[in-house]
Amino acid sequence: MVAISLEHVTYRYPLGTGDALDDISFHIGQGEVYALIGGNGSGKTTVCNIIRGFIPQFYKGTLTGSVMVNDKPVSEYDDAELTQIVGYSFQNPFTQMSGVKDNVREEIGYALENLGLPREDIGRRVDAMIELLDLQEMADQNPLELSGGQRQRVAIAAVLVTDPQIVILDEPTSQLDPQSTEDIFNIIKLLKNQGKTIVLVEHKIDLVAEYCDYALLLEEGRVAMGGPIRDVLTDPKVMDHGGQLPQVARFFIDRNTKLGLCDPIPLTVQEAVEFKTGRGN
Amino acid sequence: MAYLELCDVDFSYSNGFEALHHVSMRFEMGEAVAIIGQNGAGKTTVVKLMNGLLKPSRGQVLVDGVTTKQQRTSQVAAKVGYVFQNPDDQIFQDTIGKEIAYGLVKKKVEKSAVKAKVAAAARLCGLEDEMETHPYDLPFSRRKFVTIASALVMDPKVLILDEPTAGQDAPSTRLLADIIQGVMASGKTVITITHDMEFVTKEFSRGIVMAKKHVLMDAPIAEIFENDEVLEEAHLKRPYIAQLARSYGIRGVLTDEELLRAM
Ligand SMILES: Nc1ncnc2c1ncn2[C@@H]1O[C@H](COP(=O)(O)OP(=O)(O)OP(=O)(O)O)[C@@H](O)[C@H]1O
Ligand SMILES: Nc1ncnc2c1ncn2[C@@H]1O[C@H](COP(=O)(O)OP(=O)(O)O)[C@@H](O)[C@H]1O
Ligand SMILES: [Mg+2]
Ligand SMILES: [Mg+2]
Repeated sequence: MVAISLEHVTYRYPLGTGDALDDISFHIGQGEVYALIGGNGSGKTTVCNIIRGFIPQFYKGTLTGSVMVNDKPVSEYDDAELTQIVGYSFQNPFTQMSGVKDNVREEIGYALENLGLPREDIGRRVDAMIELLDLQEMADQNPLELSGGQRQRVAIAAVLVTDPQIVILDEPTSQLDPQSTEDIFNIIKLLKNQGKTIVLVEHKIDLVAEYCDYALLLEEGRVAMGGPIRDVLTDPKVMDHGGQLPQVARFFIDRNTKLGLCDPIPLTVQEAVEFKTGRGN
Repeated sequence: MAYLELCDVDFSYSNGFEALHHVSMRFEMGEAVAIIGQNGAGKTTVVKLMNGLLKPSRGQVLVDGVTTKQQRTSQVAAKVGYVFQNPDDQIFQDTIGKEIAYGLVKKKVEKSAVKAKVAAAARLCGLEDEMETHPYDLPFSRRKFVTIASALVMDPKVLILDEPTAGQDAPSTRLLADIIQGVMASGKTVITITHDMEFVTKEFSRGIVMAKKHVLMDAPIAEIFENDEVLEEAHLKRPYIAQLARSYGIRGVLTDEELLRAM
């Protein structure tokens, strides 16, 4: 099943001087981990807002083209229904706290409270999230008195707790230490194994290479490149369009050039080892 | 004598939570130092103590030989500039030009001088065409540069950047590196908190590793990346090139060039 599809989507913000998105088309199948990559301002967050329906619901402007979630136009969903299907963790972790809850536990349960779930269910699901995101130590702290990275993990928990089928994560690791960043990618893997569809905006391209199935590279609101992760992230053209290559891939591309070789390009450290010992392709 | 020094500092927030315990560190002029370590370690807290935003619960913070307890925050901040982790904690004006000029105007610097200094700082931060723009019309990643320009324009002896690399793309990360180099070139000290291990390797010679209210290690970057125990405890990872090298049994490599030579 196609979880998300955009066809010829063009969008201009109300006061925008040009199109923020220009003729974007792509499809995401159910259960796929799909990376949106590209430079700052290339349109990644705008795409997320369109999938979630915030554009054109809150941000007016001019939107043309077709946007479908689970084969139904986003404009035909009522908001409560779309909220249940699509979980969305915003880019700026500092503005994500509700501001009405004074401890982390209640902050995470807030969305479930709004859905009117029984108290025991809420407690159980919140506990599971605290465990998943390793928040035990700060469960009783005020969410507004947390460090940047701690807040970001609470924000992700508050989205995942509603168990959405489709999860949009806009730069979910920007404030995280390297270990916690990998932990989030492992959670993404877990979600994938549960059959969830994930849209991930992320600059940490080495981890995108390891964990994502497809990548769409945006540049100034247009699709510059797109396809299976290996095809996109072993192609030096990525760098001509404001993108980055994984360091391992970049190293072997440079090495091939310098030494006149045409060895296959590994995407990750693990692949590099496999290629060397001849177990790769 | 060190220009900036923390002597056996403890710090507790008003809710009673102790964020730093027995922390000491010292900085000379002309240093580029990275503070790295796990989320919640106390990195932001420690740098807020350096610029006088917070005062220690125990111990001393000395700036140019004087304890911050005896100085107003604005006096300390004139010497030690701090760029917040969250730019929105720092931005209050309705245009970027005014935001960058704010500190100078408050100091009653002469108008033409303000204009020249603001223009120079804006140019360094890639904001010269945005002077009339409302700060909130820029994306988060570029708002960070507004706050960096606001700090640069005050020309502090020590510049502290709190996670400037977060959410930045490759060109912006290079711009940051250039800004840091520029400040260094004028003999100042730059202290940067970052989770970007490649950036640490490329731009800094000394690293301070923090975990759980403490300093775990204060050493040349290359030494830090050789210490498995410290890396694990502080939730750090080696740069990917170093990981690649180690998977081939090569140690002590941090850059592409080093690995190419060693292979
Ligand atoms: N205003 C506050 N009141 C109470 N506790 C706080 C406050 N701000 C931070 N803390 C706590 O102090 C500890 C250190 O926080 P700090 O912000 O210094 O961490 P950090 O190392 O900068 O982390 P990060 O990498 O996530 O930004 C954390 O446990 C945090 O929860
Ligand atoms: N609220 C807004 N009003 C006007 N223009 C906007 C708004 N939000 C984003 N833009 C513009 O749309 C383009 C894409 O932005 P964005 O989707 O945030 O990019 P990314 O997430 O890839 O950094 C940029 O040119 C940006 O300046
Ligand atoms: Mg964005
Ligand atoms: Mg911090």
